[in-house]
Amino acid sequence: MTSYSEDLLRGVLEPHRDKGVLYALQTTQEVIGYVPDTALDVVAGVCNVSRAEVYGVLTFYSDFRQSPPADVVIKVCVAESCQAVGSREVVAELHAQGFDVHSGIIKDGIACEQIFCLGNCALSPAALINGSPFGQVSAQSLLDTAAEMKR
Amino acid sequence: MTTVYIPCDSAALSVGADFVASTFAAIARDNKIDITIVRTGSRGMYWLEPLVEVETTNGRVGYTNVNSRSLDASVIADMVLAKDLANSIGLVDSYPWLAKQQRVTFARVGIIDPVSIGDYELHGGLVGLRNALKESGASVVEMITESGLRGRGGAGFPAGVKWRGVLQADADQKYICCNADEGDSGTFADRMLMEGDPFTLIEGMAIAGTAVGATKGYIYIRSEYPHAIATMTRAIDVARSHGVLGDSVLESGKPFDLEVRAGAGSYVCGEETAMLESIEGKRGMIRPKPPIPALVGLYGKPTVINNVMTLAAAPMIMAQGAAAYQALGHERSRGTQVFQLAGNIAQGGIVETAFGITLGELVDDFGGGTRSGRPVKTVQVGGPLGAYLG
Repeated sequence: MTSYSEDLLRGVLEPHRDKGVLYALQTTQEVIGYVPDTALDVVAGVCNVSRAEVYGVLTFYSDFRQSPPADVVIKVCVAESCQAVGSREVVAELHAQGFDVHSGIIKDGIACEQIFCLGNCALSPAALINGSPFGQVSAQSLLDTAAEMKR
Repeated sequence: MTTVYIPCDSAALSVGADFVASTFAAIARDNKIDITIVRTGSRGMYWLEPLVEVETTNGRVGYTNVNSRSLDASVIADMVLAKDLANSIGLVDSYPWLAKQQRVTFARVGIIDPVSIGDYELHGGLVGLRNALKESGASVVEMITESGLRGRGGAGFPAGVKWRGVLQADADQKYICCNADEGDSGTFADRMLMEGDPFTLIEGMAIAGTAVGATKGYIYIRSEYPHAIATMTRAIDVARSHGVLGDSVLESGKPFDLEVRAGAGSYVCGEETAMLESIEGKRGMIRPKPPIPALVGLYGKPTVINNVMTLAAAPMIMAQGAAAYQALGHERSRGTQVFQLAGNIAQGGIVETAFGITLGELVDDFGGGTRSGRPVKTVQVGGPLGAYLG
């Protein structure tokens, strides 16, 4: 979704104003897919704080994105347990195929990102693809699943 | 009709448990095989997932590493009749890896339907809370202190002392916060419990809340755990609709309610004061201590902060008594400990046992050595902030 109605967003956020800025930003991202610049003013208005405060929260937490996400997002765990069984090699292979987990560059509607521990450490290396968990993954299994999901 | 148990734990899902469940259901339906599928948490034997269990008169028999693609009518018919197949492990409760453990906090995980309050009560749930509600707050806190329960987040601070601080604080509002920001790699026990037996945590928090006079609790769960967030949220709704939470907890006249708050990808929010800031919706900046959160905590009010395993131990203590909990364990470490085996290990999962087990028993006996088959060189204990032992 690339356009949204500020009034609609305000209506969604208003009943939960007591839950604070973080909750409002999470709800915004859930509804729109990312946090557009203009939504900062909506959140600031609803929570009765300055835009600067909202921006501070937005940029503190790594979950938030300020541009639309790829159709399929692969989040590869790069924490210690997964490193012990090859997640670095998975990341390197993804990089070789044109996916940089640091920049999250979108290629063919797919983006790869790094994440720190999914609690699936006994089935490392682990990943999430559009929120669904996958264990004992390889770069190829991830890209194959992502391609399937795109279809 | 035969009951078939298939995990909905997110790690089991990561190796196809959902596909197994849907394929199983579809084939059974098409072939008029009379079954009910119950989704459970995981037994914590992750190298065997997806582990499908079938109810028999002797107990549940298990089939390991079930692949949805290899399921057909004859395989399913055999499984439903509990026949011996190549991937059978017989009665799951007698499987040595499990039978050698002492499951206390994890007694119900992998066995019950996580969001069925009826199932929970049938397996001993709510006894602790009912007992606690008959007592004064002070005597509940006394029992927790007596049990020797210590914080399971790492620092090992006596839970009873923390609770007493909040009980004795004079305030118009108090809170219970559960730190479920299980961020250290290699740890997943909190996630498993929240996905497999969320009512235990709810019950533990209700015991804490009604004892110290807190009417509101928050469970702060990291966003990397979407399934735990979903299950916990659903369980809270179920608990509320059954009067376990709300204006009068189990008709005791004491109010207590719960809410889940999700993190947003910040590791530092696992620190308790940063977590409080995050629950309040702010950046996760660490607060200077003192004042301690027991006196000035969430929104500046007295707050009990414990982690998932600590709060989840409270129902057992209140149900069976401080002495029963005391009886488990070793010197100053009372109760059981949940060990999580992960990384390059052949048999990864959770081992719950009384304190006092050796590292060798954990890594070699339970873990079965490395997954890669090479000799064990180094074991990292206690997560990324722990030690490397070689």
